[in-house]
Amino acid sequence: MPSILSISGVSKTYATGFAALKEVNLDIQRGEIFALLGPNGAGKTTLISIVCGIVNRSSGTVTVDGHDINGDYRAARGLIGLVPQELTIDAFESVWATVNYSRGLFGRPANPAFVEKVLRDLSLWDKKDAKAITLSGGMKRRLMIAKALSHEPRILFLDEPTAGVDVELRQDMWAMVRRLREDGVTIILTTHYIEEAEAMADRVGVINRGEIILVENKAELMRKLGRKRLVLELRSPLTAIPEAFSHYALELSPDGGQLTYTYDNQAERPGVASLMRDLEAGGIQFRDIDTKNSSLEEIFVNLVRREP
Amino acid sequence: MNLRAVWAIYRMEMARAFRTVLQSIVSPVISTSLYFVVFGSAIGSRITEIDGISYGAFIVPGLIMLSLLTQSISNASFAIYFPKFVGSIYELLSAPVSYLEIVIAYVGGAATKSIILGLIILATASLFVPLTILHPLWMIAFLVLTAVTFSLFGFIIGIWAKSFEQLQLVPLLIITPLTFLGGSFYSINMLPSIWRTVTLFNPVVYLISGFRWSFYGKSDVSVGISLGMTVVFLAVCIAIVAWIFKTGYRLRN
Repeated sequence: MPSILSISGVSKTYATGFAALKEVNLDIQRGEIFALLGPNGAGKTTLISIVCGIVNRSSGTVTVDGHDINGDYRAARGLIGLVPQELTIDAFESVWATVNYSRGLFGRPANPAFVEKVLRDLSLWDKKDAKAITLSGGMKRRLMIAKALSHEPRILFLDEPTAGVDVELRQDMWAMVRRLREDGVTIILTTHYIEEAEAMADRVGVINRGEIILVENKAELMRKLGRKRLVLELRSPLTAIPEAFSHYALELSPDGGQLTYTYDNQAERPGVASLMRDLEAGGIQFRDIDTKNSSLEEIFVNLVRREP
Repeated sequence: MNLRAVWAIYRMEMARAFRTVLQSIVSPVISTSLYFVVFGSAIGSRITEIDGISYGAFIVPGLIMLSLLTQSISNASFAIYFPKFVGSIYELLSAPVSYLEIVIAYVGGAATKSIILGLIILATASLFVPLTILHPLWMIAFLVLTAVTFSLFGFIIGIWAKSFEQLQLVPLLIITPLTFLGGSFYSINMLPSIWRTVTLFNPVVYLISGFRWSFYGKSDVSVGISLGMTVVFLAVCIAIVAWIFKTGYRLRN
């Protein structure tokens, strides 16, 4: 699939000398949902701001559907909708006026029917005459999304879209993102909530200290880096892990009733079978058994920690 | 040219003026009326005429210029500073609009507002004093040129300012004194010669003198020089704006 956004060798060093991005290379596929994960200050927002034209890059090139973001900025920017992290709206404008303004700003002819649809989809239609300042935080977030969608973008950037948003709105947003994807819109979201990436994304990129440290298909990533845990509910509690089991990565729960074995499911010999045999030989009996894949959150934390 | 964007910004700016009609229109009309009461009636009863023009009528072009300069600057500076302050400027920077289009829209909006205001003040003044306009086309030309020039200047201040205090600094500490000392309420020929010379360094003198000439055919300095100085100031502002956009100064970091 051809990429719709191509970032190549992009670096950004601020006037203070702080290197926010270092030689970032990233290709976003057409129609995918891409989650960019990273701790605070990793460079997520700087990267988005460069693509959207808000921050100047120090070096490198960025093309949007083949259009250079400098040489052909009109075509490039016209394809992009941005929902920034902060709720920054002209507080004194009505919902209707500000969304139509955004559409005009992006050079699109007036289309009240389309704007109405966007507002209805985001449950904002009842508030169309309300001033932005009177809206709740969640409603303001929806309004920011409505503004970003007003010009029918093909790429949507959602920078921390669900930060400080209640559960219901978060579910609504996920549903909206899926609908957009069905319409062929490419979605790039940054998030702190790993479960968001886990639930939504096709691919995941991890950025840390201005460097992309990993880009992977989500399922592949979880398969590759995922560690599995085998949890054994013991029939009778242990006071300590017997010496004979010291070569296994075992953990005993504080009450001694649960034994957890962590292993690499990609390994040729994950050691499950031999553990079972040894347990039986050692007379340790269990009444239940469960296995769990590690979550994206654990994978992420491990990746970021691994960095110097 | 993204004309739809220019129109969207322009319309938004005009809507803001109508939303704050009390601040935009009513307050300048009231303050102009007060000037007439204080200067026109109180002082005008002692100074009957200047250059053969009744004092009340003499101060009208200066009063219009006073409002035109301050309002052009405050309209344009606020218009671009406010989105910077609340952060909504991200949308403007990420939109497919050129710098030229941004300037045309914001400066056009600010200049339109101050021109409308100038005409309202003119209408208000005509209720107090009999007015003659000898060169109406030149009057409009000076009005438009000044409004555009100072809206551009205001735009620069709005981009430069990092706080509301800085936003007020230039209009308050430079423009208002220069306007008061620029012959709004007197002819600079009434000053002792040394002060007259000093006054000639004040650019506002040329604006007011040229504008007054379009009303009464009388001026402190020649009309050509007035026009030339206004155009020079316009060119300086355009050059600064061009530099700001080339470097992204205080807009894109």
